[in-house]
Amino acid sequence: MADDLKELKIELSKNGIFTTTLEELYNWGRKNSVWPLTFGLACCAIEMIATTMARYDLARFGAEVFRPSPRQADLIIVSGTVTKKMAPQVVRLYNQMPEPKYVIAMGACAISGGPFRDGYNVLKGIDRYIPVDVHIPGCPPRPEALIHAFMTLQKKIDEQALAGATRPRHLQKDLPSEFPVPEFGEHDLEPPQNSSVFHEAAGNPLKVIQ
Amino acid sequence: MMGQAEHPWLTVAGLLIGGVAFGFTPLALAWLWAKVFSPQKPGVEKNATYECGLESKGDSWMGFGASYYLYAIVFLVFDVEAVFLLPFAVAFTGLSLGACLAMLVFLLLLVEGLVWAYGKGVLAWV
Repeated sequence: MADDLKELKIELSKNGIFTTTLEELYNWGRKNSVWPLTFGLACCAIEMIATTMARYDLARFGAEVFRPSPRQADLIIVSGTVTKKMAPQVVRLYNQMPEPKYVIAMGACAISGGPFRDGYNVLKGIDRYIPVDVHIPGCPPRPEALIHAFMTLQKKIDEQALAGATRPRHLQKDLPSEFPVPEFGEHDLEPPQNSSVFHEAAGNPLKVIQ
Repeated sequence: MMGQAEHPWLTVAGLLIGGVAFGFTPLALAWLWAKVFSPQKPGVEKNATYECGLESKGDSWMGFGASYYLYAIVFLVFDVEAVFLLPFAVAFTGLSLGACLAMLVFLLLLVEGLVWAYGKGVLAWV
């Protein structure tokens, strides 16, 4: 049925008739006005700032409105090294954002700890505590890479269904609205990762470095 | 035509209803959309007053130091004085005796405040 409709839509568009669905229209609006949180952690943040400025101009994608409050933001760009001291604050900020919300982990540090992975005080990837939508490698990634990540996120938003099993988190009543904030334990953050979010790859050679 | 003659306000009533509907329909649609596709999901942190990632400490119902009223008074003395002295000086040659006296009385009042502040020891360099 859905395929039939899709074919019909293509057929109609060939004849100059534009059709759309409420869902497509909604997602089109959403993906073109993502408001990121004004939030930078390290050197990647400088690249993020450059991305918003005239030369790279993130405004072309409707995302120039960096909000100073998580209450008004849709997207948190974790741009830089997340220290264990900072991790609870990042999770708390994410919790304070309204749904639907997205996360871009920018740079080697944010996705894995990067060059500081062996450090005692650096979190080995923010995906241990919050669900990351797009990971960008690089140290730091160039603005083009952030724009690419942003376009990937837009694509993801565009494909989100409003109903059915694949609908976003906030439409699923049984899922909690907040993620547990880690606390400072004797040696490490407690818990070291949120197992409902973080799934370590099987046979991960880096597993020994915990 | 008949109704118009009998009830001259019918058009206005129609416009009023139309206008209210024009305003409220988008609001109602937005409310309905929020109800269906963006249900509220509150949480302890999401509803917290402070929103910068840090937890707020202590109680916001605390006393504030009242000693700053002295700064307010001294500021008022000098600020009001400066605001009125400049036009007074500019218009001085064209002023009548009454206006000049009124201004001097006003200045005296402000200087009195300064004397009070001096007597109280507010101006002493700490």
